[in-house]
Amino acid sequence: MRINKSLNLQIENMKLTLKIWRQENAKAKGKMVDYIIDGIDGDMSFLEMLDVLNEDLVNKGEQPVEFDHDCREGICGACSLQINGEPHGPDKLITTCQLHMRTFKDGDTIVIEPFRATAFPVIKDLIVDRTSFDRIQQAYGYVSVNTSGNTIDANSIPIKKENADDSFNAATCIGCGACVAACKNASAMLFTSAKVSQFALLPQGEVEADRRVLAMVEQMDKEGFGNCTNTGACEIECPKGISLENIARMNREYLKASVK
Amino acid sequence: MGGFLKSSVARKFAMALSGLFLVLFLAQHFTINLTSVISPDVFNEISHFMGTNFLVQALLQPILIFGVCFHFIMGFVLEIRNRRSRSINYVRFNGSANSSWMSRNMIYSGLVILAFLGLHFYDFWFPEIVHKYIQSHPEDATRYYGELVAKFESPVRTGLYVLSFIFLMLHLIHGFSSSFQSVGFNNKYSKGLRGFTVAFAIVIPLGFIFIALFHYINNVQ
Ligand code: SF4
Ligand code: FES
Repeated sequence: MRINKSLNLQIENMKLTLKIWRQENAKAKGKMVDYIIDGIDGDMSFLEMLDVLNEDLVNKGEQPVEFDHDCREGICGACSLQINGEPHGPDKLITTCQLHMRTFKDGDTIVIEPFRATAFPVIKDLIVDRTSFDRIQQAYGYVSVNTSGNTIDANSIPIKKENADDSFNAATCIGCGACVAACKNASAMLFTSAKVSQFALLPQGEVEADRRVLAMVEQMDKEGFGNCTNTGACEIECPKGISLENIARMNREYLKASVK
Repeated sequence: MGGFLKSSVARKFAMALSGLFLVLFLAQHFTINLTSVISPDVFNEISHFMGTNFLVQALLQPILIFGVCFHFIMGFVLEIRNRRSRSINYVRFNGSANSSWMSRNMIYSGLVILAFLGLHFYDFWFPEIVHKYIQSHPEDATRYYGELVAKFESPVRTGLYVLSFIFLMLHLIHGFSSSFQSVGFNNKYSKGLRGFTVAFAIVIPLGFIFIALFHYINNVQ
């Protein structure tokens, strides 16, 4: 039997109780259902553990638990689970697909729920509709450049190193929605501010900065996300470490654009 | 203004500004109260000035009342809207893993402060209005200290004041520094500023507690 030496815990052949949100479709009333799962290895990812559960369920002729996933390496932002009351589980700076089962111990009960927000309605089981994020992006999460034959080399415009870094960091947001899920107000400010910042910090994006911030905030509000009260939960739970500085920047940009 | 306040960012900005204004008021109120511990004469003098100065009464007082009402009403509006943003709650929500208790419970600390303001108005503001405008007593520049001290004879009232100041402390620990983030101030000075705001949030309510207890103990002796 393998043991996690530092914690002296069994991390092989773990037996776990899963409490999972099951919901037939968007309109159905869902409920938590208990499952006992056996033989889980600490080196499995959280999603692999769910694969094992689903195999069991399919073999028994039951409906598998539906959950979102794609890249399984922390890039796409598809995986989205609220695990024991935290988006992407207890570890920091990782997505659900990067969460390892060695974070848990034999005999644990794990509560698995979909990301909850009125703007993220459940489609089925653990899958939520995050197209509200797409609509915020579509509202103005871009730069308008004519790319037909006259693109300019980006490196021809000198950019301050700090701005380039901050913009790059903001651009690492993968749109997973953990910020919304973690926020007690289900606010989408961290996501929206990352998208606003990534352009506002660069000369190419600055030109449309005013229109952009007004349009994106307007869309964010229309989608029914809550009001930020600076609890900072989003920054802590964000798998990409997107900083609250982005929200402050968005507030500045918004006020500047409003008084113009 | 109604149009501007339709946006979440603007509401947040307005909440922060009204909060910062109230913090300034609090500092001023504390300074005046502190004189009651040092010199009854100075306390009487300042209180008389505040109570009779035209600018304070006709301009600053209405602004203050507006600021207080605005901050409370906006706080409730935000709370209701935010609850609507998550129509189905989590079965398990581990808020303490990523945020402070103070930041998650501003509405409750705010409600305690609101209840306290009710008591405080009942204790000082209403009697003052009755004294000045209804009973139309002649001006007496020496009455304030005695009136203040008399209020702290009651252990229940003193206890309620102390409890309220503890909630004020909790409210300020998050609210004061949070308002800077809301108005867009987050840079290399923020860490230092946060230290200052937290110190203020602890020291000022403790000071108010000290003043209340000072008068209570003096009464007992
Ligand atoms: S800001 Fe972070 S938590 Fe929010 S969507 Fe982007 S990556 Fe996910
Ligand atoms: S599946 Fe792509 S980030 Fe998790």
